[in-house]
Amino acid sequence: MAIFTFAVETSCDETSAAILSDNTVLSNVISSQYFHSEFGGIVPELASRAHIKTIDKIAGSALEKSGIKKNNINLVAATRGPGLIGSLLVGYNYAKAFSIALNIPFIGINHIESHLFSCFIGQDEIEFPFIALVVSGGHTILFLVKDYTNYNVFGETQDDAAGEAFDKVAKMLGLEYPGGPAIDNLAKDGDENYHSFPSANLKAQIYDFSFSGIKTSVLYFLKKRFNDKSKLPLNDICASFQKAVVTSLVEKTMLAAKNFGIKSIAISGGVSANSKLRSGFLKFENDSYKIHFPEKIYSTDNAAMIGYYAYLKYKYSLEKDWQKELFEQAFARFKN
Amino acid sequence: MVKEFAIITKSAEETQNFGIEFAKKLKKGDVIALYGYLGSGKTELAKGICKGLGVTQTVSSPTFVIVNEYSSAKFPKIFHLDLYRLKTLDDIINIGFYDYINENMLVLIEWPEHVEDLLPKNTIKIRLAYTDENENSRWIKLEIN
Repeated sequence: MAIFTFAVETSCDETSAAILSDNTVLSNVISSQYFHSEFGGIVPELASRAHIKTIDKIAGSALEKSGIKKNNINLVAATRGPGLIGSLLVGYNYAKAFSIALNIPFIGINHIESHLFSCFIGQDEIEFPFIALVVSGGHTILFLVKDYTNYNVFGETQDDAAGEAFDKVAKMLGLEYPGGPAIDNLAKDGDENYHSFPSANLKAQIYDFSFSGIKTSVLYFLKKRFNDKSKLPLNDICASFQKAVVTSLVEKTMLAAKNFGIKSIAISGGVSANSKLRSGFLKFENDSYKIHFPEKIYSTDNAAMIGYYAYLKYKYSLEKDWQKELFEQAFARFKN
Repeated sequence: MVKEFAIITKSAEETQNFGIEFAKKLKKGDVIALYGYLGSGKTELAKGICKGLGVTQTVSSPTFVIVNEYSSAKFPKIFHLDLYRLKTLDDIINIGFYDYINENMLVLIEWPEHVEDLLPKNTIKIRLAYTDENENSRWIKLEIN
């Protein structure tokens, strides 16, 4: 019998719900897109308690689109963390109530772990080990993934996340939000060797990243060279900045792959949609590396990846005693 | 009366060191607001302060995640907030701002301009700005009530 998973994600800005049949996503509804089409572009206010107003609509829409009846669901998953505590509580409790009402297993999922596996949505088995780069507005982390639950962090940003650097530089240049796609587009017609922005090399920690220095150097570059903002060579600045960030991401990841002797690389998170980053990594396919990217819809926060990782954990029985876990969680509430 | 004190640091490392020294004077319940434009060194200073508080976790920018949480032996709960993406008071109250401000916690706030009216009276304010000297030099001013 197929496992039908109902999954909820509310770790930050997005309210999202998804239904999966085994490893296949049947529906994946995300608030910003949902409300964009429903209400002509009005996105509800950011974060936390706003989720309370939207979760039921989003979950209902996910169920409807999937064509699956509530009573056929046999696994429930929700993001347990990390994230904004107020936001997490809404989705977590909604999903947990759902599982208790239907008396089916519930599983809390780590948001970052689910990103690690988002490249493989639709697959039933994954080849281990692989190196994972999770790169978004909030995170820039390198993982060595040995198994479904066995992995370790061996590199991360010491200051700004890569996606954050994109957004803040876009703001300095007067570009629209989100800045990542705006810079990516402008850079396509720019000269990436126009200016060399420093790509930080942390000598003691070869796998760690730093992007705040690049941000500051763009700021000073603009201040020194351009009094008149209308004369900015936007394309060239975007291309040069993007090159600095992408070079650092690709070089450190591939250095690790070489040093660890690992041929499989998975890049996920919002920045994985960047065209320069994609081409930078895909070059290595010639050297027999396997490069994995998630579909664009699964690169940013979404419930499908939560459901997929819950399915993997369930299938491989990595979380054993479901009812016991449910009971213990309920008991813990009374104790406090 | 507001006590004021200002210094100029010459490098990111000196900015961090100032944070380490400053942290020695902090106690549970303190709220520290860090003012300054993009790249002025708010996160760098927050790193120093956390180091001084005994935090061993990586302290990074919470712009996107809005809140980072750290802990040390003396300070079991340290919240590092960044209100850059929150534009209205409604947004800020909605993320549970009041839940983070609490006598058992130590709170660092980047982009506090957006929350000026909600800050407790005894908030320690730190203002950072660039100087003309060089790219890494920063002017740092402390305001204590």
